[in-house]
Amino acid sequence: MPQTFAEKILAKKAGLASVQPGQIVEVTPDTALSHDNAAPIYGIFKKMGGKKIYDPDMIAIVLDHAAPAPSTKHAENHRIIREFVREQGVTHFYDVGRGICHQVLVEEGLSLPGELVLGSDSHTPHAGVMGAFAAGIGRSEMASIWALGKLWLRVPESLKIVVHGQLAPGVTAKDLALTVIGDLGNDGALYMSVEWYGEAIAAMSLESRAVLPNLMAEMGAKNSYIPSDQVVLDYLEGRAKRTFEPVYPDAGASYARELNYDAGRIEPVIAAPHRVDNVRPLSAFAGVHVDEAYLGTCSNGRLEDLAAAASVLKGRKVAPGTRLIVTPASSQVYLEALKAGYIQTFVEAGAMVESPGCGACMGNHMGVPAVGDVVISTANRNFRGRMGTRDSEIYLGSPYVVAAAAVAGEIVHPKDL
Amino acid sequence: MKTIKGRVWKYGDDVNTDVIFPGKYTYTVSDPAEMAQYALEDLDPSFAGNVQPGDIIVAGKNWGNGSSREQAVVCLTESGVGAIIAKSFARIYGRNCINNALPAITNAEAVDAIEHGEIIEIDMNAGEIRCAAGTFHFPPYPADVMAIIDAGGLVAYTRQKLAEQAA
Repeated sequence: MPQTFAEKILAKKAGLASVQPGQIVEVTPDTALSHDNAAPIYGIFKKMGGKKIYDPDMIAIVLDHAAPAPSTKHAENHRIIREFVREQGVTHFYDVGRGICHQVLVEEGLSLPGELVLGSDSHTPHAGVMGAFAAGIGRSEMASIWALGKLWLRVPESLKIVVHGQLAPGVTAKDLALTVIGDLGNDGALYMSVEWYGEAIAAMSLESRAVLPNLMAEMGAKNSYIPSDQVVLDYLEGRAKRTFEPVYPDAGASYARELNYDAGRIEPVIAAPHRVDNVRPLSAFAGVHVDEAYLGTCSNGRLEDLAAAASVLKGRKVAPGTRLIVTPASSQVYLEALKAGYIQTFVEAGAMVESPGCGACMGNHMGVPAVGDVVISTANRNFRGRMGTRDSEIYLGSPYVVAAAAVAGEIVHPKDL
Repeated sequence: MKTIKGRVWKYGDDVNTDVIFPGKYTYTVSDPAEMAQYALEDLDPSFAGNVQPGDIIVAGKNWGNGSSREQAVVCLTESGVGAIIAKSFARIYGRNCINNALPAITNAEAVDAIEHGEIIEIDMNAGEIRCAAGTFHFPPYPADVMAIIDAGGLVAYTRQKLAEQAA
């Protein structure tokens, strides 16, 4: 029987000929990703009676959530992780400053076509951009993987999204992802595997494509997959940490749901407080005053996103009464943005540029809002309290839209600047 | 597994992990017992001070969407919450419940019928929810999953497995 991507890869990883949605399988991940939560995970691992980790090569740890440490408590957390890494000989460790775990995993060639990535972070589906099966799990589950090298997974139903045609200039993968989430709701793909196809996807850069699986976490998806094409294989040349064998779904596989989008009809959109599926056209919010504009995060902190923002900010200034904070997704992005002159453009415009990591996205540090502040952000989550205080409002949009809001001091269409 | 009996705390649809256990505490509060005092802080400030052991949360669809943070389950188990009944659970949240041996029961009809504040009973063996409006049934967990709950959660389960390997 023809199989979807999720069915095919989970059957392969479980050593079975085929599997059905709903079936429980036991699998060993190729990469087990964690971040600052590796310290509490280590605590759970010890509580489990764990002594030696199952496979030091399987584990990737990227310190990104509070990097560099904003408090002694956070610093202590990092110290415990560094000690763990030394003791257990963890191979793939990236200390503070390297970047956001999901971006680093891609850059370091640790998320590969046909591989299984499990991560103790809800945006782990991001790695599906490389043609991997990537799903988020909890801390205890990660500790159990460290101990036993395997975990149970339920084979998900699959949703197929085909995006025909091409996005208009100034319309981004973020607008596409938010449009889909707005249409389907925040549980529109609950427990599901979301596969992406179509000319619009094929024409996208890897940086743009990454936005799609990243955002699918906000639709409840277990994982999201983009078939690995030549663009992916070229990127991995000399970068992949291991040899790999891509997995592609079978023609004629059975999907729980199939959707078609016309890319040409997608327009710039905003996800308004306090839900990611509260999506309306950008024009609906024109004129909303913005105290803080935030450019960064695993959804939109890559070079292309910085380039988009720089194109808006070049020769302009951030509006008085508005702050612009830029947090590159990785040190590599930071360096490339320096070389390209984007960092200079940001600083000249009056922005603050912070060190790579998750930054203010989940309220830890480096630009958290005040009570009553309105934020426009390129992040993937705008829940009440997300950035630290429940009494702020977070709007989500593309890098163009965030940069334009920083210049105008209010939400505005970039073409109206 | 046992029978769970307690008072109902009823909430709506799409309650996310940021209001169940705020992100700002994720790296500052590491003692599980202390997590209980922040449970549902941004959803229902009256919850943490008044919840009793065995109480049951009844919620709409997509309970626990958002972050993978396990504290959003642990803050409830540490509060004494005996079970959650919802129209649906966010995926990672549902897994975290199983891994902390907190029954997460999906039954939309029961959620609509149950009132805030009433005392209800859940019989895990029979797969029954008994409330003022009547009796509702739910399917048992698959055997592999039940093994984790019966062991008392994934920590205890993994400890058993490691002990078996060492033997």
